Amino acid sequence: MTTNTQTPGRPSWTSRIDMPVAIAFGCIIVLLIVGSLYSRNFLSPEYLLQQLKVGAFLGIVATGMMIVILIGQIDLSVPWAVTMGAMMAAAAAAYGPTGEVLAIPFGILCGVAMGLVNGIGVAYLRIPSMIVTLAVNAVAQGLMVAYTGGFAPQDSASAAMKYLAAGTLILGLPNAVLMWIVVGALAVFLLNRTTFGRAVYGIGNRESAAYLSGIPTQRVVMLAFALSGGLAAFAGVLLAGYAGKAAQSMGDAYLLPAIAAVVLGGTSILGGRGKYLGTIAGVILITLLQSILSVMQIAEFGRQIIYGVVIVAMLLLYGREKSGR
Amino acid sequence: MTRFRFAFTEHRGTLLALAIFLVMFTLYVANHPAGFTANVVQTAANKGVLLALVAMAQTFVVLTAGIDLSVGAVFILANCLASYIVAGSPVMVTVGVFGVLLSGMICGAINGVIVIFGRLQPIVATIASGAVFFGIALWLRPFPGSTSDFGSDLADALTGKVFGVIPASLMLLVGIVLVIWVPFRRSVLGRAVYAVGSSETAAYMSGMPIKRAKFAAYVLSGLMAAIGGLFLTFFTYSGEASAANGNTYTLYSIAAVVLGGVSLFGGRGSAVGAILGALAFRAIGDLMFVFDIDPLWQPLFQGIILMIAVSLGAARLFRIRNRLELFS
Amino acid sequence: MTELTPLFCMEGISKRYGGVRALEQAELTVHAGRVHAILGENGAGKSTLIKIMSGVVSPDEGQMLLDGRPVTFANPAAANAAGIVCIFQELSLIPDLSVADNIVVSNPPTRFGMIDRKAQRRIAMEALERAGGGDIHPDELVKDLPLSRRQIVEIAKALARRPRVLILDEATSALTAADVATVFGVLKRLRAEGIALLYISHRMHEIAELADDCTVFRNGRNVATYAAGTKSDNEVVELMIGREYSAMFPPKAKPLDIGKAPVLEAKSLNWAPRLNDVSFSVRAGEVVGLGGLDGQGQRELLLGLFGVLRGMGGQVLIDGKPKSINGPRAAKAADVGMALIPEDRKTEGLMLPMSVRDNLSFASLGRVSKAGLIDRAAEDQSIDAMIKLLAIKTAGSAATAGSLSGGNQQKIVIAKWLMNNPRIILLNDPTRGIDVGTKQEIYLLLRQLADQGAAIVLYSTDYDELIGCCDRVLVMYDGAVKRELVGDAITERALIASALNIDVNEGAGPAPVTA
Repeated sequence: MTTNTQTPGRPSWTSRIDMPVAIAFGCIIVLLIVGSLYSRNFLSPEYLLQQLKVGAFLGIVATGMMIVILIGQIDLSVPWAVTMGAMMAAAAAAYGPTGEVLAIPFGILCGVAMGLVNGIGVAYLRIPSMIVTLAVNAVAQGLMVAYTGGFAPQDSASAAMKYLAAGTLILGLPNAVLMWIVVGALAVFLLNRTTFGRAVYGIGNRESAAYLSGIPTQRVVMLAFALSGGLAAFAGVLLAGYAGKAAQSMGDAYLLPAIAAVVLGGTSILGGRGKYLGTIAGVILITLLQSILSVMQIAEFGRQIIYGVVIVAMLLLYGREKSGR
Repeated sequence: MTRFRFAFTEHRGTLLALAIFLVMFTLYVANHPAGFTANVVQTAANKGVLLALVAMAQTFVVLTAGIDLSVGAVFILANCLASYIVAGSPVMVTVGVFGVLLSGMICGAINGVIVIFGRLQPIVATIASGAVFFGIALWLRPFPGSTSDFGSDLADALTGKVFGVIPASLMLLVGIVLVIWVPFRRSVLGRAVYAVGSSETAAYMSGMPIKRAKFAAYVLSGLMAAIGGLFLTFFTYSGEASAANGNTYTLYSIAAVVLGGVSLFGGRGSAVGAILGALAFRAIGDLMFVFDIDPLWQPLFQGIILMIAVSLGAARLFRIRNRLELFS
Repeated sequence: MTELTPLFCMEGISKRYGGVRALEQAELTVHAGRVHAILGENGAGKSTLIKIMSGVVSPDEGQMLLDGRPVTFANPAAANAAGIVCIFQELSLIPDLSVADNIVVSNPPTRFGMIDRKAQRRIAMEALERAGGGDIHPDELVKDLPLSRRQIVEIAKALARRPRVLILDEATSALTAADVATVFGVLKRLRAEGIALLYISHRMHEIAELADDCTVFRNGRNVATYAAGTKSDNEVVELMIGREYSAMFPPKAKPLDIGKAPVLEAKSLNWAPRLNDVSFSVRAGEVVGLGGLDGQGQRELLLGLFGVLRGMGGQVLIDGKPKSINGPRAAKAADVGMALIPEDRKTEGLMLPMSVRDNLSFASLGRVSKAGLIDRAAEDQSIDAMIKLLAIKTAGSAATAGSLSGGNQQKIVIAKWLMNNPRIILLNDPTRGIDVGTKQEIYLLLRQLADQGAAIVLYSTDYDELIGCCDRVLVMYDGAVKRELVGDAITERALIASALNIDVNEGAGPAPVTA
């Protein structure tokens, strides 16, 4: 490492926080204040840690989703990638000690495989991602329904899965949060410091230009989907550990919040622009919002309405998409 | 001759959807234990028409190069609303029907305003608005049910058979195409919708009414989704705020639109294609039933067929010789 | 033909974008039945002027007069209704609609509220005929037409709106020479019919042939208006760049040592139907031009060398050894060292919303990274060096590429490849739509690179450029190299004659574009 002199071109750390991220954090603070008016518990460390823990699952899903959105695509196969990760890990855990050890990697690998199919469809067959991921989601659902219905595999989580999701390793910091921190740190590193990350942003802005610059665009797109599938499955593994068992519809609640979190964090849905810090903010924001709505004992219908209105209102606040690309 | 060639190029997607539908439906009927009877066709039509209507709703927005992820929610909202207000005397039933259609158009108009004036991306805007619409549906019908004096006469008429042969729902679908789609397609506004989807900048530079076109597309989308919801009520006699059902219809509508040859990049395709796509998609699902396969395998089967169908589009890749064209 | 009241007047027009002044108290007067040429470097304010005239943007200050009455245009539709129609540089055709749909797009004929397709086809065929495109089928989709035919449709579309003032913004840049001749015929007829034409072009000889009046813009102001033919080319260029016009092209290198082995050699390249048995070689230090009419396979040749075309027959040899290059990635690898400056900088060269620095290092990340990890210090160093070397004018390397002028954007495209130290540089019409000053810098740079040992292949639609820059020119016709011109044999006359595939000895042949 040489000295820390800044070249004139590199923007300072502060100027790199853009408006959407600032607004998202602002809204988090507003939510906390509103919540604390309602109940003192809101600002207690226990409550906040609990929120982070709940948010960690969404955070991990949103990380993969963000990478896919950055390349200008979308991954609608998240629901069954999450479920598949959970179910396959639980099923593998039934096969004795070896199964216990391999359960978590196996669950993740199943998600990666799903992601690879998505990626091949999008990158090599050039099918719109919205369609391919939808179809893969349907196939995964079919596989899982047939498998669970036909073979009745074990669905309870292994001890390791429970520990990763619900245990604590360091000073009361829930392991689920720790997992998110690890995943997040890796994502930041990947996006900012590697050629893969640069290629992701480049492809999101203009794939033809990235291709002519000698970037292996198809491979990068495929890997992005594989990452998204793997991360969703990992979240599923943790979720199964948290809940104690895998269930069929456990992934459904993660698709739209993940997209919303990424977009609320300032990542352009058209691809090419966005910071991971924003996604963190988006995830916390969505989690807090859901939590406050449930603490206030607002009925489900009210929660849905407020949830939708808040997302639209916040996006309108962001100064909107600059017209066109 | 050249004119036929150009006409063929224009309708290639629709014709392909027709071919897929015919193959699937023939397979279905040929293997159906009861054979090609009016009852078999009626049951198939009633199921197909629901998805066809929602797919039409999706088509309007997709033509503008947008996507409407709230069609399922509007569909469900209309269903729940209809289970309350389509009731009583024939006059009241009529008022109720118009009320439901109006509510759908309002939902579409809200989407349109958010997308056009709020300049949010359609995918995000409709995810959020869909949550709101579904919330309202849940508020209306926390539990499935309907009013006691539900207009079941109208429901029976529209889901039965005309002259004892032709399914009424199919007739109505044809009527909707003739009354809504055909004039739209040939109107100045309709052309503007295609133009916006094909190239918004070019449309603007050409002085086309971009905002009005998009707004019309969203309102029509809401209207079609509401008609779909109304029909659902006619079939089930009740309203149910089922999130799963809404999501399924949203997702299937996209699948149907793609099968029907409508380009997700906008500007190309037709609602007729989308309808055929929807019917084909339904026929695929029903094949399971006639082949007497364990229903457990049905989702997998449907998924794989969908996968194959969408991969068919990749065949064009073999013709591409300049790799730069892959990205356009 | 001239009237006392001018048809259209702009007075004291100003427009700012953020802090940048695009127009400052600009004036323009247009008379019916005359062709008025607008000249100026990119960024001089020409395009803003046109956008204001045609209602795309509204001015901050000033007023416009039509027939002596003040007018304002809220959008392009309003300007069209007033009879001011613009043919934009970036095509305004809608790709998925048919030719006829496009021609009547803003005001289609209707019956009972529906579009009358028969009437529409009739109008379209009439307009196509007037625009010299009678061979275009009105039912064909625009996206299936080649670029030069689309431009004809664009003109037909403008004519169908019955314009009083017709603005042509670089309208001929995509046309083949034969089409240009047709279009000029059309424009002259329109002038005779009393339409006012506003003609924007970077091509001096087109202006010399067509214009009656000329106005030069510089830095957002109109600096001179004069009758066509009263100023020499040199005087005009001085007005445009605002300083003494020095030699446009750097001196060429001494004749090369013929014995040197070629760095790049192509042997009978085939890619039906666009490339037809093309063979040539380029030595280090040489600038080889590709000439000929537009669309004779030059673009495909460059893309083919770069590995973008699938199924190209023949052989490419690098340093005498055959190499199979299956894509840009293989082409830029160290053992080949090739670079391609693509045709369209906005979609193929740059990521406009990304920063200058990200764009610059994008093609050369392999040089500043290890195992996929980017060494940011090394990256910054080479980026700063490149910005300085090419004198790229930017608010900082964090500014987006899209915020730069066209000339500076093109510099970035070139610079990002120079960061890879290429030995073979392919350029696809690199100075199209670029201001004179930057053009000159690019010419100088090419010669410097050649002198440092690069082998350069330059495709250009501008004959002056081929004459001024190249040591050799390969003239292509119908996918094949028809003639090779060396040194002093590269003259405008020889280029045009061989471009039309006529024997030079028979005389100049028809030279449609030159006056």
